[in-house]
Amino acid sequence: MNEILEIIEQDPKKDPSEIALLTGYSEKEVQTRIKELEDSGIIRKYKAVIDWDRVGEEYVYAIIELKITLGDRSGYDTIAHRIASFNEVRSIRLISGDHDLSLTVRGQSMKDVAFFVAEKIATLDQVQSTVTHFVLKTYKEDGVPLFEQEKSRRLAISP
Amino acid sequence: MTYVKKFLSDKIKTVPPSGIRKYFDMVIGMDDVISLGVGEPDFVTPWHIREACIYSLEKGFTSYTSNSGLIELREAISDSFHNDYGVDYNPEDQVLVTTGVSEAADLALRAVVNPGDEVILHEPCYVSYKPSIILSGGTPVPVSTTRDNEFRVSGEQIEAAVTDRTKAIILSYPNNPTGAVMQKQDLEEVADVVMEHDLLVISDEVYDKLTYNGKHTCFSSLNGMEDRTILLNGLSKSHAMTGLRVGYAMGPPGLISAMLLIHQYTMLCAPITAQMGAIEALQNGEAEMQAMVREYNRRRRLFVTGLNRLGLDCFEPRGAFYAFPSVESTGMTSSQFAEELLHQQKVAVVPGEVFGQSGDGFLRCSYASSLDELKTALEKIEEFLS
Ligand SMILES: Cc1ncc(COP(=O)(O)O)c(C=O)c1O
Repeated sequence: MNEILEIIEQDPKKDPSEIALLTGYSEKEVQTRIKELEDSGIIRKYKAVIDWDRVGEEYVYAIIELKITLGDRSGYDTIAHRIASFNEVRSIRLISGDHDLSLTVRGQSMKDVAFFVAEKIATLDQVQSTVTHFVLKTYKEDGVPLFEQEKSRRLAISP
Repeated sequence: MTYVKKFLSDKIKTVPPSGIRKYFDMVIGMDDVISLGVGEPDFVTPWHIREACIYSLEKGFTSYTSNSGLIELREAISDSFHNDYGVDYNPEDQVLVTTGVSEAADLALRAVVNPGDEVILHEPCYVSYKPSIILSGGTPVPVSTTRDNEFRVSGEQIEAAVTDRTKAIILSYPNNPTGAVMQKQDLEEVADVVMEHDLLVISDEVYDKLTYNGKHTCFSSLNGMEDRTILLNGLSKSHAMTGLRVGYAMGPPGLISAMLLIHQYTMLCAPITAQMGAIEALQNGEAEMQAMVREYNRRRRLFVTGLNRLGLDCFEPRGAFYAFPSVESTGMTSSQFAEELLHQQKVAVVPGEVFGQSGDGFLRCSYASSLDELKTALEKIEEFLS
């Protein structure tokens, strides 16, 4: 099971016949298992890692840290779910340390992101304070390095 | 050229040139070759290990180490063998850190071989053993392993090769070039012969971590073998550290001290940067190593299935990262196959006879290459065969 997941995590486009070859399961078994993994929500979604900088798309990303004062009845989950519902929010996590929630936000411009934070996030009752870090450059995204790797210097033939 | 030849020793003239060299020369200068001829991992040394090497340089660790190697490293090696195989080697006088298994094998042979002593080795095998035996003054006595016995060497075969001049046996499983492994009971058969004829075993287990169906058995863990085994191992294959040059030998103090004697005069010590990296590898490298093993295993399944589908009969290699298919069905010899395949399809493989006569008719194909490369190689071999 984990074997299949490890393969899919690296390459969601691999087809079941190849996964069968790689794992020793039959193609049918692989299909059944993947279906189970999808149905049970273990596989959430198949996604591509895109280097938007190369497309020339000038997205602006920011990491925003929030301090939260919890209301009487609601916990972190409630406020996190609210914030997560904004399209601009790419990820949101409860974190340890000085802040409580950390989000990644994507917008078309710095102004865009700044307004979003000022108008939609900072105004929330439970949000006590915000710190915004604009992203200048991304070097690695979700385990994938976005810079050129050195070519191997392995000899073509060795004992 | 001819003039300087007269300076050469008689011994060096008896060492045959490496058969690998010819194929290396053929490939060099060709562009876009997909090479299945590589005897080392395609992975780069895991970053945390490289980091430890860099950090050691930053701190200024650039000196010689103790001849035996850094004590922290010897302790880490000793601990790992205790944990993995339940064998105990005292880091003080039973572990010697060397510049790769290559050096360790040479030291072991030079420490024990007298002129005219015979050393039994099973072929096909790693290319250095035979020349190393000759250079140490011994006589190599090859026994041939076969496809029928999945390239395992049997106690019977060894027994038949024993004479009153036999000093030692070199064992090398998981095996380069065949990918063969020996199960515990196979090794026990060998151990019986070793006991009966009072022999020494030099066991090169550098691929011990790369096994795919069941765990490796360490030869010295067998009953009575601890005192008769020089165990050779290293980090080249398990932690993708080939170019850093670090290996080790373990055995009875009396033998290790003799090897240390040669080592201290000829090598002094293994490179300190590599030793620092090796400590990190042994202490914190398990997870990344296991990830590499899982990846090799996937490639192995894909590649071996692919070869068999193409009619290149290949037994299931359960260790190292080599497949050893037979070319019998093609009517070609293995060297014809290798040369034609390279020229027509730019896929490089090494013919089995390079690793000993009994490798004739087979090809060593390393699957330490990316899945994409392996798939392309299979397609090209298919085209070549059609
Ligand atoms: C069986 C065997 N022993 C030893 C070596 C050499 O190892 P090292 O890099 O530790 O010298 C190799 C490398 O290909 C090998 O295949």
